[in-house]
Amino acid sequence: MQIKENSKEYDVIIVGSGAGGGMASKILSEAGLKIAIVEAGPFYDPANPDQMTQMKWAYDSPRRGAGTTRPFGDFDQAYGGWDIEGEPYSQKGDTEFRWFRSRMLGGRTNHWGRISLRFGPEDFKKKSIDGLGEDWPIGYDDIKPYYDKVDKLIGVFGSKENLYNDPDGFFLPPPKPRLHELFYIKGARKSSVKVMPSRLSILTKRINNERGVCFYCRQCARSCSVYADFSAGSCLIFPAQDNGGQIDLYVNSMVRTVTTNEEGKATGVSFINKEDKTEYKLKAKVVVLAASACSSARILLNSKSKQHPNGLGNSSDVVGKYLHDSTGGGRMAFLPELVDRKIYNEDGVGGMHVYSPWWLDNKNLNFPRGYHIEVWGGMGAPSYGSGFNVNDLNKFFGIKVGGYGDMLRTDMRKYYGTVLGMDGRGESIAMESNYCEIDPEKVDEFGVPILRFNYKWSNHEVNQAKHMQDTFEEIIHNMGGIALGNKPGKDRNYGLTKPGEIIHEVGTTRMGSDPKTSVVNEFEQLHDVSNVFVVDAGPFVSQADKNPTWTIMALAWRTSDYIVDQFKKQNF
Amino acid sequence: MNRRDSLKSLVFGSIGVGVLLEGCVSGVDNETVANSLKKFNYGRTPKEKEYDKLLFSKKCFTNNQMTLISKISNLILPPNEFGSINDAEVPELIEFMAKDIPSYETPLKEGLVALNQNSNEKFKKVFIDCDESQQKSILDLMAYPDPDLSSSEQSEDVKWFSLFRNLTMTGYYTSKVGIEELGYKGNTPNVWDGVPQDVLDQYGLSYDQDWLDKCVDQTKRNDVAEWDEQGNLIT
Repeated sequence: MQIKENSKEYDVIIVGSGAGGGMASKILSEAGLKIAIVEAGPFYDPANPDQMTQMKWAYDSPRRGAGTTRPFGDFDQAYGGWDIEGEPYSQKGDTEFRWFRSRMLGGRTNHWGRISLRFGPEDFKKKSIDGLGEDWPIGYDDIKPYYDKVDKLIGVFGSKENLYNDPDGFFLPPPKPRLHELFYIKGARKSSVKVMPSRLSILTKRINNERGVCFYCRQCARSCSVYADFSAGSCLIFPAQDNGGQIDLYVNSMVRTVTTNEEGKATGVSFINKEDKTEYKLKAKVVVLAASACSSARILLNSKSKQHPNGLGNSSDVVGKYLHDSTGGGRMAFLPELVDRKIYNEDGVGGMHVYSPWWLDNKNLNFPRGYHIEVWGGMGAPSYGSGFNVNDLNKFFGIKVGGYGDMLRTDMRKYYGTVLGMDGRGESIAMESNYCEIDPEKVDEFGVPILRFNYKWSNHEVNQAKHMQDTFEEIIHNMGGIALGNKPGKDRNYGLTKPGEIIHEVGTTRMGSDPKTSVVNEFEQLHDVSNVFVVDAGPFVSQADKNPTWTIMALAWRTSDYIVDQFKKQNF
Repeated sequence: MNRRDSLKSLVFGSIGVGVLLEGCVSGVDNETVANSLKKFNYGRTPKEKEYDKLLFSKKCFTNNQMTLISKISNLILPPNEFGSINDAEVPELIEFMAKDIPSYETPLKEGLVALNQNSNEKFKKVFIDCDESQQKSILDLMAYPDPDLSSSEQSEDVKWFSLFRNLTMTGYYTSKVGIEELGYKGNTPNVWDGVPQDVLDQYGLSYDQDWLDKCVDQTKRNDVAEWDEQGNLIT
């Protein structure tokens, strides 16, 4: 096969344009470095009318928004999903890992929940607390200045709560709770479950003159056309370009390997242009991988050479290992008090206005790590599925279920906005035995060897999921609700989601000070190759009961500062 | 700098849509397909657009079946002052979903056949030729699931009618007329400033003052945020 080589040498090639890649692009380009971003999907701008889905109605789609084409519905802004044609992955044994990929500029930041939580001091040192997993080589104080900077640059609403392990930041003010959230507050407090304003990267107040302010349409999953929520394109890459950053974007370009020279140093990347299916090579002094934890691990493992026979940066044999996702569990409830409620616009922001951080001490429990609780509900916009089983709730009043005719419209109105739900998102333990590796037999449509997953939850996660279900049931009871469906029991792992399903997969290139047991150092630099960095969630040593995005960006900024400094010292 | 100037490669990818629409036939003329594509403007990728085009160019039901579908949907939700099943384009949605979710196609078609068999047995006529009381007497036998059985244990007739009712209801209430009838007020720029007082009163709820103190002052939402060194907002 012919390989086309570009003679230009960049200072830095960044692979991927999500949270980590976006942040690296901004900091490195604004420091004057020449950057190439190589992105596997197309160009995407939330303000582009041809791509926009914000403010569309269900009837603007011939399937009324159903999730047959995009897994979270027609209007969700993730080009990709769990299964992408031509880009398979495989499983080892009875593993059921689910891998969500979004192929577009900005990646998964275009549709995510915007839950922007800092890790706390304990989250970096969990092994010292419970003996499980590993401590990070850095602590909260190392990363705090970067969390502060991320808050001020991007904007996150929240409130000062003075909780030791849920540190406060530079917050925009939160929105007031919705009605079902007031019911949740009431129920949770009765169970001594802490509730506080949520922390989402949505602009309830102006943060600069370039981005708009939230106009409360609840559609952050559709990516905001006035840039009032955080997406890597709108908040990092576009501003960097507008500030004069020298960034070349290579889109629809799937990186296959990091190329290396005789000394084993990286020289650039090779990628396949999806348009002409031709392989290209780009040169750079430094390569920054930000393709997502599993994709970056795949690139490293596929980058075998004489100098790196086990894959790039993999002399430790740790690349791909310690893969872990957040745990998940949920329950829905019916609030009879809300039957026939008054209808008003309660869209609010794209997500919950209140949530519960982890509130207990694991010393007294039969599982080692915590979880937080997210709440949803209210009078949402009708979309495909609205009106299904319209009067199933009749059974709680001893009224016949089913029928036809005008009574159905009464039922539709009666039960509108009466259901809410709770979701637990918890920390799992990173284990060497949970990993992704190269499938020795299969390749994708571009001929690149694919990933194979091996993953099994342990009792730590199963016991935590049981605790979630017990808590949900208690809160539902306390707010005068009726829990819907059957409580998942032991046979169903207490409703524990499949690994990967929460889309917080991290840990595949973990950070550490010992090159024998870790892949990168505290600056996310490969121990084996000094000019390759990983700025996605791969370097996470542990997950915390928080969402990973804010920490990805704080670390990526810290790493970018280090890269700039190394350039100044002419170390590349 | 124009963002697109930085693009080194802009691709509108080729696709292989791997969908099988076995019972559906082509036969929709190009103009109708083009009109359908134009009508639904919802930010598709080129690949998604091509998939929609494929679905629009197939016909899943005969004209007679479409008439029957329309009749059943109208019995499920009769027209009123807001509009009708046909204003809401419910039959069109059902047809589209039978192609978009191929597992719907066979059960939907079998149900239509069974419905006519029922009416033939009872009234010696196809369903559409029965009068409304005859039609309802047939629906009455399938409209109420047995509360002691799970949904998968219900009779085939009941399962079919539940699916049909679901599609009808969702079709109506996701349409312009249906959304208006329901009274949904959102999907429009606005400023959320809490639950209306009369609603709070209705449920005997109130906001805690210390919680409210943390919340956004909407009169200052356009003032650029600034903080003191401790992270206290000062604007």
